[in-house]
Amino acid sequence: MSKQRIVVVGNGMVGHKFIETLLAAPNAEDFEITTMSEESRLAYDRVHLSSVFGGASAKDLALTDREFYREHGVTYRLSDKVVRIDTQGKTLHTESGHQKSYDKLILATGSYPFIPPIPGADQAHCLVYRTIDDLGMIKASSEQSKIGVVVGGGLLGLEAANALKNLGLETHVVEFAPQLMAVQIDEMGGALLRRKIEELGLGVHTSKNTQKIVLNPDAAKTRYRMLFSDDSFLDTDMIVFSAGIRPQDELARQAEINVGERGGIEIDNFCRTSADDVYAIGECALWGKRVFGLVAPGYSMAKVAVSHISGDKSERFVGADMSTKLKLLGVDVASIGDAHAQAEGALSYNYHDGVGQTYKRIVVSSDGKKLLGAIMVGDAQDYGTFLQMYLNAMDLPAQAEALILPSLEGAGSVIGLESLPDTAQICSCNDVSKGAISAAVQQGCSDMTALKASTNAATGCGGCTDLVKQIMNIELAALGVEVNNHLCEHFDYSRQELADIVRIKKLDTFEQLLTTWGRGLGCDVCKPAVASILASYNNDYILKDEHVGLLDTNDKYLANMQKDGTYSVVPRVPGGEITPDKLIVLGEVAKYYGLYTKITGGQRVDLFGAQLHELPEIWQRLIDAGFETGHAYGKSMRTVKSCVGDSWCRYGVQDSVSMAITLEDRYKGLRSPHKIKLAVSGCTRECAEAQSKDAGIIATEKGWNLYVCGNGGMRPRHGDLFATDLDDETLIKYIDRFFMFYIRTAERLQRTSVWLENLEGGLAYLKQVVIEDKLGIAQELESEMTKVVGTYQCEWKTTLEDPKKLKRFQHFVNSNNTDPSLLYTRERGQQRPANALEKIELLAVD
Amino acid sequence: MTTKTNLTQQEDSNEQNWLSVCRLEDIAPETGICALLGEEQVAIFRQADNVYAVSNYDPIGEAYVISRGIIGSIKDCLVVASPLYKQHFDLKTGACFEAPEFTLKVYAVRTCGDDVQLLQP
Repeated sequence: MSKQRIVVVGNGMVGHKFIETLLAAPNAEDFEITTMSEESRLAYDRVHLSSVFGGASAKDLALTDREFYREHGVTYRLSDKVVRIDTQGKTLHTESGHQKSYDKLILATGSYPFIPPIPGADQAHCLVYRTIDDLGMIKASSEQSKIGVVVGGGLLGLEAANALKNLGLETHVVEFAPQLMAVQIDEMGGALLRRKIEELGLGVHTSKNTQKIVLNPDAAKTRYRMLFSDDSFLDTDMIVFSAGIRPQDELARQAEINVGERGGIEIDNFCRTSADDVYAIGECALWGKRVFGLVAPGYSMAKVAVSHISGDKSERFVGADMSTKLKLLGVDVASIGDAHAQAEGALSYNYHDGVGQTYKRIVVSSDGKKLLGAIMVGDAQDYGTFLQMYLNAMDLPAQAEALILPSLEGAGSVIGLESLPDTAQICSCNDVSKGAISAAVQQGCSDMTALKASTNAATGCGGCTDLVKQIMNIELAALGVEVNNHLCEHFDYSRQELADIVRIKKLDTFEQLLTTWGRGLGCDVCKPAVASILASYNNDYILKDEHVGLLDTNDKYLANMQKDGTYSVVPRVPGGEITPDKLIVLGEVAKYYGLYTKITGGQRVDLFGAQLHELPEIWQRLIDAGFETGHAYGKSMRTVKSCVGDSWCRYGVQDSVSMAITLEDRYKGLRSPHKIKLAVSGCTRECAEAQSKDAGIIATEKGWNLYVCGNGGMRPRHGDLFATDLDDETLIKYIDRFFMFYIRTAERLQRTSVWLENLEGGLAYLKQVVIEDKLGIAQELESEMTKVVGTYQCEWKTTLEDPKKLKRFQHFVNSNNTDPSLLYTRERGQQRPANALEKIELLAVD
Repeated sequence: MTTKTNLTQQEDSNEQNWLSVCRLEDIAPETGICALLGEEQVAIFRQADNVYAVSNYDPIGEAYVISRGIIGSIKDCLVVASPLYKQHFDLKTGACFEAPEFTLKVYAVRTCGDDVQLLQP
């Protein structure tokens, strides 16, 4: 039997999902898949499009690549629009004249941005926000503009406004309706959202009907002027239209496939169109007179179409829940089900906190027993819980208002998650059910990191993180697994608990802790962990006799051990700024001691191959030249990387180097659960790669944006935007609190990224602690940091002043000989340790 | 003069065969040093006032670094963790916990007054 020819028109998120799902079907071998797209790129993530302005590349957004398609035998044809379908002859025709026959055709053509028919809307700086190429044009336009306007105050419009703001433009939102996000939230919620957005410095103009866009008569001011029907006007340099989407159904119309009155290719429950063997999925499709403008329903349609084509007629598309939760311009907004209380007899409860700026509304059935809908603005933490109650028609508690009233004590989960059916969808981004999460836990995933890797739950928008964690804990408890985060066999405490003990009991030695709270002698796990805690709070000289036995070799010798037992030396170069004289000293030292020299990722110089006895001599020379220790050996603050900033760069808007040096000088020597890295970029181009750091700072016209919990390494993570447009003082205050809170609560060797993923309440909670001081500990955290800053010492300087400590820096206690086993070979003009084979040769020559 | 040793058959050894390598105070509490014994590198550890000696060669990391490891206990065994890849070796037997095919050579060591002494072969 020859293979069935499947052709997918459109390679967007949904088109690609279809292909991926079909490839995973048991009879995938029976199909020959071709995809055709007018875009030049294969499928990419449109949901996170705006992250391009935050530094993401097209590659970061890519959902697939050519190699994957080639490997799986998927033929693709890009940059060639399909212009005609012959449903009789089952053939497609493209713009370039290419023809392609199909057995089954899938239309996944998506949608296009609606541009209102306004005279003047076709000018050069009038753009849309839909594809990566659109973003490129917006960016280019922003570089020649000061003011930008987004037409459309809905979900996508506000996202576009966020993008303009991040590009440094004075940003305005123009909306035809009397409020923002009229589809998802009510008037009260809209008013609060507006207030919050205005506080961020954006202009919001509602009830504005744009009549015309003209060149500004005062050309010196701005490029354009928008004229409204109420005779008011708004001056701007560029305009982005984001006033909704329209299904891309032109191909279907031309082929006389049925489309809806207001557009959209009509489909049945199997996603079949009116033409034989033609399916439509995603935003181009119309089901039950509705177009679904979210990605999750599109994915469901893709699955249904795959099932139908591969012979399983049991799966049907039966509509989709359009509940949504998102963060717009830093404001949490959520909408569930019947948010506007349109059902007959529907009642609602409202809670509006004018001080805390939150608004919640729940809509309940006339008998008060079921949740029909909800709106949340400013605080959407309960989204996951409410959504489950709504989707599973769970009974409401007797006093439903308790759901939205602030609980004065930390009341637990309002719904019994145990009673949730296994089929309940917990993660809607990746369609992960409660059952799948429970199964993964039963198979051994006992922490969030493992669970995320195994199920993909909570890896999309992250809205379900709390819920996933609760389900995990319930499952673990049911399995009788004691969730044990004890540090090691010597302490029945977690690192966090030990840190609390040290802090509260004001302990200064490991001995004290072990005697009262531990057992045995300790080990290579608890000793360095406790040494780090002691250093974080007391900042004692780490080589004191009572501490030295706790230290890993790197800390003990203030250098980094390499594979042959020699060490590397990394002096501090704050902010990566170094004078030629100092560079020469580094070169001279390296040359004198024959050290292999390499530039590090943290903008420093690493000198490799120093033997124990050479370390003090090397450091004496470095300190004499004005260097300090770089703490590259410690679980501590490492570097603050920076770009050159506005002192040289044409694009810089702040002095990133000075800020980097200030921060590096402040946090140098800070001991922490794991290494900490920072970076400061002088503009939104982000040359310092700050979003991959534990604390990343990016300059804006008005100050600094702070990103937290980014990470390179094995599992890279982009930092989350934590606060915007901070002045220097507030920036440092927040970082102080953030680091000290991390030091206080993280587990051993837990980087900030994993710490945040496991932090109950996530980023929102971290903000509450650091920015709003919810726990009332901000003062304490700051003074702990002040103590560390005030007691800084260069450990190498102190060590060089103590002859007794220097005695430790020799290979043999009873001989001045050096380690005779060290053997080197030369490569590219420098020395490196000889490998086994080379050693044999070297020894033979001797 | 008090003499403490980790060998029970010390009487087998001739007094003159004990080589003083350093003073006890030269070894910081709960740490190790490396001593040269003939051509061999010996790691000597101080735990409280007791001393233990094993080969300084890490057979897994293939470098002379054992003396720079952290000492501690696993259950009732006294161990050192290699500073390179953190395998644990029993200080009394040299046995490796993670990789039983490797064993460190154990040396006779004692304190004699303030001196730390190794038994010469």
